[in-house]
Amino acid sequence: MPRAFTPKVVTANALLEGDAVWFTEDNTWTRDMAQAELLTDEAHADLRLLEASARQDEIAGPYLADAKPTNDGPAPTHFRETFRTRGPSNYNHGKQAEV
Amino acid sequence: MYSYTDFDAAFVAERNRQFRAQVERRIAGSLTEDEFKPLRLMNGLYLQLHAYMLRVAIPYGTLNSAQMDQLAFIADKFDKGYGHFTTRQNIQYNWPKLNEVPDILEALADVEMHALQTSGNTIRNVTADHFAGAASDEIADPRPVAELLRQWSTDHPEFQFLPRKFKIAVTGSPNDRAVTRAHDIGLRMVQNDAGENGFEVIVGGGLGRTPMVGKVIRDFLPVTDLLAYVEAIVSVYNLLGRRDNKYKARIKITVHENGLETIRDMVESRFEQIKPGFTGFDQGLLAQIEHAFAPPAFKTASTDGYEAARMANPAFRSWTDTNLTAHKNDGYAIVSVSIKKHGQTPGDATSEQMRVLARIARDYGHDELRISHEQNVILPHVHKSDLPAIYAALREADLATANIGLVSDIIACPGMDYCALATARSIPVAQQIATRFDELKVEHDVGPLKIKISGCINACGHHHVGHIGILGLDRAGVENYQITLGGDGTEDTHIGERAGPGFAYDEIVPAIERLVLGYLNLRTDPEETFLQTFHRLGADPFKAILYPAKEAQNAA
Ligand code: HEM
Ligand code: SF4
Repeated sequence: MPRAFTPKVVTANALLEGDAVWFTEDNTWTRDMAQAELLTDEAHADLRLLEASARQDEIAGPYLADAKPTNDGPAPTHFRETFRTRGPSNYNHGKQAEV
Repeated sequence: MYSYTDFDAAFVAERNRQFRAQVERRIAGSLTEDEFKPLRLMNGLYLQLHAYMLRVAIPYGTLNSAQMDQLAFIADKFDKGYGHFTTRQNIQYNWPKLNEVPDILEALADVEMHALQTSGNTIRNVTADHFAGAASDEIADPRPVAELLRQWSTDHPEFQFLPRKFKIAVTGSPNDRAVTRAHDIGLRMVQNDAGENGFEVIVGGGLGRTPMVGKVIRDFLPVTDLLAYVEAIVSVYNLLGRRDNKYKARIKITVHENGLETIRDMVESRFEQIKPGFTGFDQGLLAQIEHAFAPPAFKTASTDGYEAARMANPAFRSWTDTNLTAHKNDGYAIVSVSIKKHGQTPGDATSEQMRVLARIARDYGHDELRISHEQNVILPHVHKSDLPAIYAALREADLATANIGLVSDIIACPGMDYCALATARSIPVAQQIATRFDELKVEHDVGPLKIKISGCINACGHHHVGHIGILGLDRAGVENYQITLGGDGTEDTHIGERAGPGFAYDEIVPAIERLVLGYLNLRTDPEETFLQTFHRLGADPFKAILYPAKEAQNAA
């Protein structure tokens, strides 16, 4: 039996800075995952990944990452994706230092 | 030290010019990431979790003070004021911006450095014993050979698209400090019965998901045949190595699947075939290179002040006990500077620390620095009379930790704090172990112990050859850490054996504490090291310490 589809976001690394960005409903990239478009339908998710991938002069390495809905917006479900919203744990660098 | 020839300088400049144009095309959108990726990897540029990462080669780990100063300058100007020294004698910058990378590469070229072939399926930065040219136990300095190999392998047209990455390590000493048996080719200098220098050639070692100890393909290879023989090995690999499966592509698998005998026969016949082409040009080049590695003009001075300072200052004495190694010149010592103060990130040095190290090398160290695969910085030539002053300067820069070879001198890969391939974090585990043992104040009592941590099965942190290895995994969406025991990266290379089920993130440090303190009760006397105790008793008593509950169950 195919595994049930779990909600996703499209994420990638920004072309110049290389940091994590997420794809929004209005086809822009955000550095705040909560602003991302939450994709609950598999076919739509695949389509959005294709559309995001076409934006080669903005990002590198787009992929679909698991996410869950929260009151604030989409949030990560796996610790790797959580780290991407924050930055490394040994220094106050990356996104955690910017907010 | 080796200086670039006009050819070298022009070559690096041309490569940098090409890469600048490629970066411009990528930013303009005319190159896709798929097209650009192999180009950036050829120039050592990775894309990691939070940023790009630039890996810069430090050939055979040797730097002069001007180069170290420039690494500090780059850290300040283009990064966040620090750099990460790695187990392969590279330095990694974790925060470069794509549009600035060409400028970084130019700043490197200004001091004869580059990032070429620090990635991709090519022959990587050739590593060497970090005590090369200084160690008292050395037959000869292996770095001229390493430099020869570098010149031969850089941009070698036949070897730009190997089945997989290819790593070579060289040591000039019978005590292997370069982990030669865990490399695709390991070269160990030995002498034959006639007293001539040559190499024991080891092939097919490697860590990663299928760890293997390298095998001796040639007991004694005269130095004159080195390049032809290495080329023969790489070309046999280039032909036989599997390109159908990335996980079976390294030469260790080629050797394993075809058998050492077959590989040896093929290498020897290829060697006979190409040898006539090596008409002595390489030996002429080697002689020139050797010239550049002539030992410094050692000085003579009284060491009385040093002995007196040792007697007077216990902290200095403790540091000299752990951080010095015998130099081939009696009045001299090799200083290992720990860049692993308890709680710090293993391998990281701030720009300020780099500048202090450069200054010390300039003032007291014949202008030489080394980066060790154990992620520390070496001052290879220091007169003992200068040690008190050096110690004082190191202390001011937070660089005087007396922990070389001890529990807190941990190798750790970047893990999931930086690396896109990671399955768990490794840096915080290293930080916490070091901090904990500092609190317990037992590491000097525990003695020599190598803990090595990797954040995934690629084993960049050498965990397989740690006396205690830690491998971070992702088990059903949570970090989990597997312990291996009894690994060894010296001339007696052993792959550690798995102790049992893994530990959760908050259990791993207590487990290591249990293990190390438990060893204190198992050893016959304070002279018996962790590894010796392990060899004497086997894994069982250590497993019983790690898994007490399970042991109780079995007994019930
Ligand atoms: C962060 C970016 C890095 C990436 C993407 C990366 C990737 C890899 C991969 C895929 C392997 C396995 C190769 C194989 O088994 O065929 C490997 C092995 C290795 N890497 Fe890394 N690595 C990274 C960082 C490092 C660092 C920071 C070091 C040094 C501290 C390092 C040193 C090594 C070593 C020593 C091995 C094992 C020896 C071998 O079998 O080649 N790597 N790396
Ligand atoms: S061992 Fe894994 S996590 Fe660590 S640096 Fe290598 S690839 Fe990354």
